[in-house]
Amino acid sequence: MSTRTLPLLFLNLGGEMLYILDQRLRAQNIPGDKARKDEWTEVDRKRVMNDIISTMFNRKFMEELFKPQELYSKKALRTVYDRLAHASIMRLNQASMDKLYDLMTMAFKYQVLLCPRPKDVLLVTFNHLDAIKGLIQDSPTILHQVDETFRQLTDIYGGLSAGEFQLIRQTLLIFFQDLHIRVSIFLKDKVQNSNGRFVLPASGPVPWGTEVPGLIRTFNSKGEEVKKTEFKHGGNYVAALKEGSLELYGDRVLKLGTNMYSVNRPVETHMSAASKNLASQTQESIVPNPLAKEELNLLARLIGGMGIQKPSGPEPGFRLNLFTTDEEEEQAALTRPEELSYEVINIQATQDQQTNQELARIMGEFEITDQSRRSASKGDDLLAMMDEL
Amino acid sequence: MFRRERSIPLRGSAAALCNNLSVLPLPTRSLTHFGVVHGPSAQLLSAAPEGAPLAQRQLHAKEGAGVSPPLITQIHWCVLPFRVLLVLTSHRGIQMYESDGSVMVYWHALDAGDASLVQAVFARGIAASGHYVCVGTWSGRVLVFDIPTKGPNIVLSEELARHQTPITDIATEPAQGQDCVADTVTADDSGLLCVWRSGPKFKLLTQIPGFGAPCSSVQLWQGIVAAGYGNGQVRLYEASTGTLHVQISAHARAVCALDLAPEVGKLLSAAEDTFIHIWKLSRNPEGGYIEVEHCHGECVPDTQICGARFCDLSGSSFAVTGYDLAEILRFSSM
Repeated sequence: MSTRTLPLLFLNLGGEMLYILDQRLRAQNIPGDKARKDEWTEVDRKRVMNDIISTMFNRKFMEELFKPQELYSKKALRTVYDRLAHASIMRLNQASMDKLYDLMTMAFKYQVLLCPRPKDVLLVTFNHLDAIKGLIQDSPTILHQVDETFRQLTDIYGGLSAGEFQLIRQTLLIFFQDLHIRVSIFLKDKVQNSNGRFVLPASGPVPWGTEVPGLIRTFNSKGEEVKKTEFKHGGNYVAALKEGSLELYGDRVLKLGTNMYSVNRPVETHMSAASKNLASQTQESIVPNPLAKEELNLLARLIGGMGIQKPSGPEPGFRLNLFTTDEEEEQAALTRPEELSYEVINIQATQDQQTNQELARIMGEFEITDQSRRSASKGDDLLAMMDEL
Repeated sequence: MFRRERSIPLRGSAAALCNNLSVLPLPTRSLTHFGVVHGPSAQLLSAAPEGAPLAQRQLHAKEGAGVSPPLITQIHWCVLPFRVLLVLTSHRGIQMYESDGSVMVYWHALDAGDASLVQAVFARGIAASGHYVCVGTWSGRVLVFDIPTKGPNIVLSEELARHQTPITDIATEPAQGQDCVADTVTADDSGLLCVWRSGPKFKLLTQIPGFGAPCSSVQLWQGIVAAGYGNGQVRLYEASTGTLHVQISAHARAVCALDLAPEVGKLLSAAEDTFIHIWKLSRNPEGGYIEVEHCHGECVPDTQICGARFCDLSGSSFAVTGYDLAEILRFSSM
């Protein structure tokens, strides 16, 4: 499919990840003076956000990301986010990381599906970037990195045709096919049905460039309109008000991609019931793809290699829980349905930051010459390797 | 009026492609064949009149050279004078099978030579024209294959090089006999339509320019070109001249499929806005110009439709597929 899809996928999923982490960190916020050594403060939250954002928008990483390439598999992409989430002092258990990724993917799936025009996925991306800039605290360097990415997006996507955006949209939807995890906030807002499918309203403004359905115009051979009749379309649409802006600053008009979480609207998921079509979910990536492992190396390696400077010595356990209690998190890990397993071997990042750097260095030097390792899973050889270290 | 009939379950959900449903009615055997693309595989199944599934088969895109597992872009039955072929297009090439999908009779690998790094390479757009099968490609080229009455001796007879952007769909109708009557229409991502007369050398009769929206689906009936666009419009043109005669604001999202019931001149349009509409095409008895009348609208709630076809030549029943939906929905008139 389209070879220009990965940057959009990465940036939008990354944006959703930041919204969720920001909300959870705020929810677990303790005022600085009252906090114990292992509790989150406002200062910690800002630091985590800055660390992750600056890793995400690292120039070398962006350069690699924007190269025309095939989409990663869901598992390969998940590993990149594992690394990204751990680019700071924050730690997430497997269950929390699973939940985080579930929420990120369902949110972006929703946004892609609901985009009025295929090109509007660019507006969604800009909404995420606008919000990301708001999350950056006192760092003109990181702000500049994000603006640079804006410019790159405009350069590459600004001139694409409607047909090319249609292909990008189809590529994204194929990536999200068969994901039906129910998200509490979506169920409450009635944008998702209890069977996990999103509501597609047959009302509201039509996309920019589309007319409100209902009119049949007939022309003669000279091109003059000779008849105008109406038909009942069945929907309840109105004309589009204005086109969203693709400038660095501007009114995007579209709300998709803006932050839907707040401290009062917490982040929760329900695991969907076992899908009837297990076969469809295992269809993906039947053939192990050696070059995909190479790419997995590259992006994941780039993130791993960006060691955030941490004070020497063991860090206190700054663990973030995506669930309300530790017990809930444990329970979620035990009861996660088999078919929703990402099969990612958890990077049990220890509190010793020296070991972390060493792992990253080793992974960076790793070459895929050793084919004798177990090759059953697709693209997981690298992670299997780490497990054995 | 139409009523919902029993759905036919699919092994895998339908992919978010356009024209993602092919139907081959076999009235003499009281069977209907259905074909749906899931992703790297496509599913063929046959069903009895009430919708009970009888047999099913999965086909996969042939690997060929390349990095990732190839995705299928379209599956379509081509009804030729002496045989029916099942054609499957993917990101690697074109596969042709006997109509039940049991035997692959021909494989054509796409030549990605001219593609820049940024362009996706694939084949898409399949139609039978006389004893030819036309298949579109990412570059805009349309490959014309000469099909023998039986056997695998299929030959690439011509490459039509008019389009500059990826082909989306191809439509044909039986040749009318005279020399210059159009029987093939090709459509592409820029909205450009090319009208041809098939033969040992295809002849371009006219071109209809795009207007900024991709033409996702096209049909041809009695010299009328029906085209569905990414901005929700359905347009009807005079094939011989390329003149626009009817413009319908038919849908609120991109049109993803058009189909025709040739016996009665019924046109079906389906779009990502969850709606299907049925239209009656005709020619005004006085002026001979094209007219259209809306017959019926159907909503499939919360479903981004990706394929729709009439299940019989008289248009009394139709089937629909939707993105993420693991069943074929069926409707028949009351």
